[in-house]
Amino acid sequence: MATAPAKTRAPIYEGTRIPHPIPTVLRVSDELRATGDVMTVNFGPNHPSTHGVLRLVVDLFGEDVVGLEAVVGYLHTGFEKNMEQKTWWKAITYPERIDYLSYQNNELVFVLAIEQLLELETPPKASWMRTCLCELNRIHSHLVWLGTAALELGAISMFWYCFREREQILDLFEMVTGARMHTRYFQAGGLAEDIPRGFYPEARKFVEWMPHAVDDYEALVDRNKIWLERTQGLGLLSADDAIALGQSGPVLRASGVDWDLRRVQPYLSYADCEFRVPVHHEGDVYARYRVHMEEMRESTKIIAQCLDRLEGMEGEPWIADDRKVVLPPREELHTSMESLIHHFKIVTEGYRVPEGEIYVTVESPRGEMGCYVVSDGGPKPWRVKFRAPSFVALEATATCMTDALIADMIAVVGSLDTVMGEVDR
Amino acid sequence: MTYEGVPGLVETVEAHGETTLVVDPARLIEACTHLRDAEGFNFLSDISATDYLGWGSVGVSGYIGTARGRDLNLPATQGLQVLPQAKSKRFAVNYHLLSVSDRPRRVRLQAWVDDGEAVSSVVGVWPTADWHEREAWDLMGIPFDGHPNLKRILLDDDWEGHPLRKDYPIGGEPVRFSEEE
Repeated sequence: MATAPAKTRAPIYEGTRIPHPIPTVLRVSDELRATGDVMTVNFGPNHPSTHGVLRLVVDLFGEDVVGLEAVVGYLHTGFEKNMEQKTWWKAITYPERIDYLSYQNNELVFVLAIEQLLELETPPKASWMRTCLCELNRIHSHLVWLGTAALELGAISMFWYCFREREQILDLFEMVTGARMHTRYFQAGGLAEDIPRGFYPEARKFVEWMPHAVDDYEALVDRNKIWLERTQGLGLLSADDAIALGQSGPVLRASGVDWDLRRVQPYLSYADCEFRVPVHHEGDVYARYRVHMEEMRESTKIIAQCLDRLEGMEGEPWIADDRKVVLPPREELHTSMESLIHHFKIVTEGYRVPEGEIYVTVESPRGEMGCYVVSDGGPKPWRVKFRAPSFVALEATATCMTDALIADMIAVVGSLDTVMGEVDR
Repeated sequence: MTYEGVPGLVETVEAHGETTLVVDPARLIEACTHLRDAEGFNFLSDISATDYLGWGSVGVSGYIGTARGRDLNLPATQGLQVLPQAKSKRFAVNYHLLSVSDRPRRVRLQAWVDDGEAVSSVVGVWPTADWHEREAWDLMGIPFDGHPNLKRILLDDDWEGHPLRKDYPIGGEPVRFSEEE
């Protein structure tokens, strides 16, 4: 179970490095400023290594970073306000677009919130398929992270290898849902469509291939001297500081905290899956890289277990039988008046969700993805708020950049695995 | 699980397997410090502010179901109109806490304020509150007392208004080259 760092292990550093009084801003000391040698550099918002549009205002003393402030908001598009104007089932498309790399996990957290307010149960087949797709999505997200983070440090070939497997995953998504990205496959109650029969053999091929692909990536960078020197011992974050700064996901696990929501508060079918939670204790960029690599291997194992279960569920329902929330089967519309009315009401007015508030969290590829939903009993959400793991991860930039060089900033910001769409929402 | 000892506790609500602790905003810091140190809630997951302006007025309520609850697969079960429960003040500030420990558990801390009333900043308790509070100020207009760096975070520094409030017009952004200009 989750614990604080082991007592026998030396801490990553003594005390805390969180800047004071503003925890997210590294301030230049007055003495240093008085020397006149501090130069303020604006980095971003349009810079290829900022994973979107992140602006960093950096104070440099020679090559040393002595001051840093992250400025966000360039991608703010008002997702939460927009969702208040849409009916519940139309709003499901929004969370996917918040984070364009982990769309299924984001979709899931909102759908789970609706289901918990409705007290709606999903059939096991839907639960297993959601688990399967969320893990495929995790690998997909990690691949894009690995490809781009390595690219920024000069390992260009890594990018091509990662996108090779990413294509396979997108092909699987397309086969199941008809869309390569932003799949909109989860409905309140289950899945939008039954799983196509051709999915299993194709997914099996992927599961068999993926461990070899991870071997390929490791062969490329794992013992590469440039990679090691640019990642080891950099961007340090101790376990206590990581928890105080609200870090989650791979960043938290790379700081030595054994914490994964899939295991400590199992949702979907994770309680019935066997998998290991990789934990590293160095708290540096290299540890975060290792956690990502091992998670890809573990996710592959989970997908294999999901496929084992799903193949035995041929013909089982994929969505709950609740006519007040779930669209009736298409063929019934020609024969049943009640089905036609239900269909019309759900499509035009939308289903109503009982009054209440709920906070649901899932382990997205980037960490704790939370969704706070308030319903007044009407067909539209009253308030939706997302707890974006990337937003919180950027808060740690100043702490990680203590005593670092300007060239390290690329590696450190990259290792926090942020998606700016999710940061700004 | 009871939280009797939380300073300033007004009410405890249990719903959907979640515990909500409504606390007096004047004693928020005390309550947060108590929850962190005595109850082990070392991880602040999120701060969400909600605007309840217009809550329960005409046209927003209604619940499909019967008096016994939601009835499955039967026609004519809509029509039972239940107005949502009235709220004491306009804004709710929710703190979602988590205990990263051997005994993982969550709790929601809720403080109610009216327009313009400030909430004490909890940056001193959980440093991660920094950006969350800036976001609540930016989008919902909740001022936080004692925040070291309270400025807009997602919107431009010269933006007017707080868009997630219910009285903020949709599509109310002035358009350039319109006739008024």
